[in-house]
Amino acid sequence: MTYRKDAIPYLILLPTILYLVAFLGYPLIQTFILAFTSETGAFGNFQRLMDSGDFWKALKNTLLITGIIVPLQLILAIALALFVNMRFKGYSMILYVISIPLALSDVSAALMSYNIFAPTGYLNKILLKLGLLDRPLYFFGYMFQNREFWIIVLTEVWRATPLVFVIILAGLQSINKEYLEAADVFGFSSWQKLTRIILPLLKPSIMSALLIRTLFAFQIFGVVWLLAGRDILILAGEAYYWHNNVNDPHMSSTYAIVIAVVSLIISWFYISILRSRELEGETK
Amino acid sequence: MIKKIFIIFVSILIILWFLTPVFLIVLASLTPSEDYYDQQRILPKRLTFDHLYKLFVVLDGWRATLNSLQVAAMAIGLSFLVGLPAGYVLTRYVFPGKNAIRLSILLTRSFPTLIIAVPLIMIYLRLGIGDTLFSVALAHTSFILPFVVLITTSILSGISVEYEEAGMIFGLSRIGAFMKITLPLALPGLAASAIFAFIMSWNEVFISSVLTFVNRTLPAQILNTAMTSPDYFKFAAGTVMAIPAMVFIFFTRKYLMSMWGISLK
Repeated sequence: MTYRKDAIPYLILLPTILYLVAFLGYPLIQTFILAFTSETGAFGNFQRLMDSGDFWKALKNTLLITGIIVPLQLILAIALALFVNMRFKGYSMILYVISIPLALSDVSAALMSYNIFAPTGYLNKILLKLGLLDRPLYFFGYMFQNREFWIIVLTEVWRATPLVFVIILAGLQSINKEYLEAADVFGFSSWQKLTRIILPLLKPSIMSALLIRTLFAFQIFGVVWLLAGRDILILAGEAYYWHNNVNDPHMSSTYAIVIAVVSLIISWFYISILRSRELEGETK
Repeated sequence: MIKKIFIIFVSILIILWFLTPVFLIVLASLTPSEDYYDQQRILPKRLTFDHLYKLFVVLDGWRATLNSLQVAAMAIGLSFLVGLPAGYVLTRYVFPGKNAIRLSILLTRSFPTLIIAVPLIMIYLRLGIGDTLFSVALAHTSFILPFVVLITTSILSGISVEYEEAGMIFGLSRIGAFMKITLPLALPGLAASAIFAFIMSWNEVFISSVLTFVNRTLPAQILNTAMTSPDYFKFAAGTVMAIPAMVFIFFTRKYLMSMWGISLK
């Protein structure tokens, strides 16, 4: 490391900082200004939000989707990571297959799932051909909100489990093999090794995977918008709707602020758990 | 033996679960429409490039694709131009405030970028660049730049500073040592990060749809027209969206862990 007291590092960092201030910081302030300006005073937009049934539905759905998909993804990802970490012949091929959805956008994932569950989609064709159905099963449309909801959950689980998987696998690979060898010496069963050694050591990876996924799940937009439109209201979808369909940047920004504030609370919650765990570790 | 059967069985399940949807959308995009709407026909009698051709040529999909490529290229270029030197400084220099700066750059990553979209429209209109590809690239840069800074920091810190110092002893300047010694060593990692940056921009849909009306990127175009177009166009569009992403993942698979595996610390 070279130690320099002069201004060079700051000068080189300046463009990055200026850019982030201009294109993240300044618009962020503008979002707040938009959200807190209305004809009925500073909190007018928020009042309108609270009074509208749509907002509560959107909040409920967003929380529900997040609450269902994040734990599911975590369990699946841990199972997948443990499997791939067995390092059998050809495991890198499986690793590649699992990573494919990482690069897919929510738009293509939604279209893939529509392709399967559409009235003329492959699932219906196969069930009809096998004679299990007389007429196609409908998964989309206002009448079938429940089914739409579960298709969205399935699509998100399919699309975003790999992200959790990669984080967990990276954590698994950094576990010192000696711990597991020691456990073998003491005659631990595989289950005991998993619950007593692997999972506790994975905790930091699990926490960061949970944090990242919860934040992203809370911003869910593309999948819902394409598969269900406004049949299933969600926060990001409402922000988009109020801007693009109603032309009201104020209400759109108000929804955006709600997403930001809840995201902040979520991050704070996870980080404070991470911190307290670290402190416990230090005192031991 | 039992273990082997278990591994093969689970591997097949994994491959089916992850690849079937991808395979089926490619198949649907190549299925003639009369076969697609025939409930009794699962596999098409023949394959056709009709839908892809119509999507690209008749429906102007090539323009949206070109727009997406341009936006990604501008955003990646700008992010590396600004972010690479910043990443270098954060690994090679020690200075007061370094950790605070790193931490704040990391924090911007947990920030829902969709919340800046609406005010950006007004800012861009004031600057006279409303509804342009450049304006979308600027917005994409705001979330790609922090990624580039953090990832180059971790790539460069994996390359010993001693090579550079040796080069400088032999008369290279600091910049010369970086360009001739460190940069070639870092190149594969940097290329992989550029590909990831490309995917981030290529897939982004919320900001692009809000910021543009005429010059739409591909995902924005799909989001706004897909539900009113016939099914086979949707699948053609989904295929076009998916293919580059999958090819790029193939080339960067060695770096997947270091790109995504970084835990927040």
